[in-house]
Amino acid sequence: MDGTFSHDVAFEDLDEPPASTPTFLDRLFDQGLLVRTGVDGLYGRSGAFESVVDAVDRMISGIGAGDGAEVMRFPPGMSRAVFERSGYLKSFPNLAGTVHSFCGHEADHAGLLACLDAGEDWTGDQAATDIVLTPAACYPLYPLAAERGALPAEGRLFDLQSYCFRREPSLEPTRMQMFRMREYVRMGSPEQVLAFRESWLARGEAMIRDLRLPLAIDVANDPFFGRAGRMLANNQRAQGLKFELNVPVNSLDKPTACLSFNYHQDHFGTTWELRQADGAVAHTACVGFGMERITLALLRHHGLDLTAWPESVRARLWG
Amino acid sequence: MIPAHDIREVLGHNGDLAPLVDQISEDDNLFDKGLSSFGSVQLMLALEQRFDIEFPDHLLNRRSFSTIRNIRSTLESLLEPSAA
Repeated sequence: MDGTFSHDVAFEDLDEPPASTPTFLDRLFDQGLLVRTGVDGLYGRSGAFESVVDAVDRMISGIGAGDGAEVMRFPPGMSRAVFERSGYLKSFPNLAGTVHSFCGHEADHAGLLACLDAGEDWTGDQAATDIVLTPAACYPLYPLAAERGALPAEGRLFDLQSYCFRREPSLEPTRMQMFRMREYVRMGSPEQVLAFRESWLARGEAMIRDLRLPLAIDVANDPFFGRAGRMLANNQRAQGLKFELNVPVNSLDKPTACLSFNYHQDHFGTTWELRQADGAVAHTACVGFGMERITLALLRHHGLDLTAWPESVRARLWG
Repeated sequence: MIPAHDIREVLGHNGDLAPLVDQISEDDNLFDKGLSSFGSVQLMLALEQRFDIEFPDHLLNRRSFSTIRNIRSTLESLLEPSAA
């Protein structure tokens, strides 16, 4: 875990191309794999792109198939009350997305339309609803798990996938504002959840090797906000709570985290009063897969024509 | 030298440590005593306000705030740099 990529990057101009050369994002648009919406980081996906996402999703399911995870799927919006209690705003206020809706009366509606016609701000009567955009697939899960009472002795394991939102507009195709995150979430004793994380560190590495992508696993930190966030980030790194599996996609210097392996200690257990069988506060851990990021890594390394990908990769995905 | 009492006063207002502050020795690890990550951020901000300082980035870590002795040492390095 020294940050050295495990095998040579065998394609050219991974680092910033000359200004005249189409960027990777341009080429994805030109090939029709991604579709422009007019907003950076918000894209449509083609059938070919989705076929890769689906294949990666099946691959992950296959790797975890023997673990008996309980499958749950949530929409990309979650309860605002749950979101507020989760602590997300303490750490990432700048990334959060809230759902607002028109809450005025008829006269206000006329005013809204007048503003719209005049090209003025029409959002004055928009008010926050009880829904926020899901920032990570596991956020809706914890209170529901806690409602079931103490965990059984063997703990619990969940399988999640959701579109997630993070407000960070970027021209890097790997930093989308709305993207899919697949997760396995383990709840139990510290030993149980750390063993889970260790097993997925090995499985994740094997998975990405099977896809013939260069990788490096590094200690990491979440993008906590502000000066307080720098302290949280330093603490997270010092305690080895987060690891990321990185693949160079946009550049070698700033590789892209395609998988992350997170030990939350008792953060969510304490927040949601989630208990182990013996009454102690539960610990949690998760492995997260950036579905678009893995897909983009495959496209970057194996080319935009899926039919020309190495046979072993195609067999692993679609065989 | 900063009196331990001044640091304990700040700890006494920290949500994680307030109930235990009289039982914490100079070298007890505050994180072992229940100081959470967010609690350590609140402690950092409270110390900045109490002593009218700003911790530089390289001191924003667990070690700086892990014991009363380390907090004093960190504060003194900022308040009395010439004595270092």
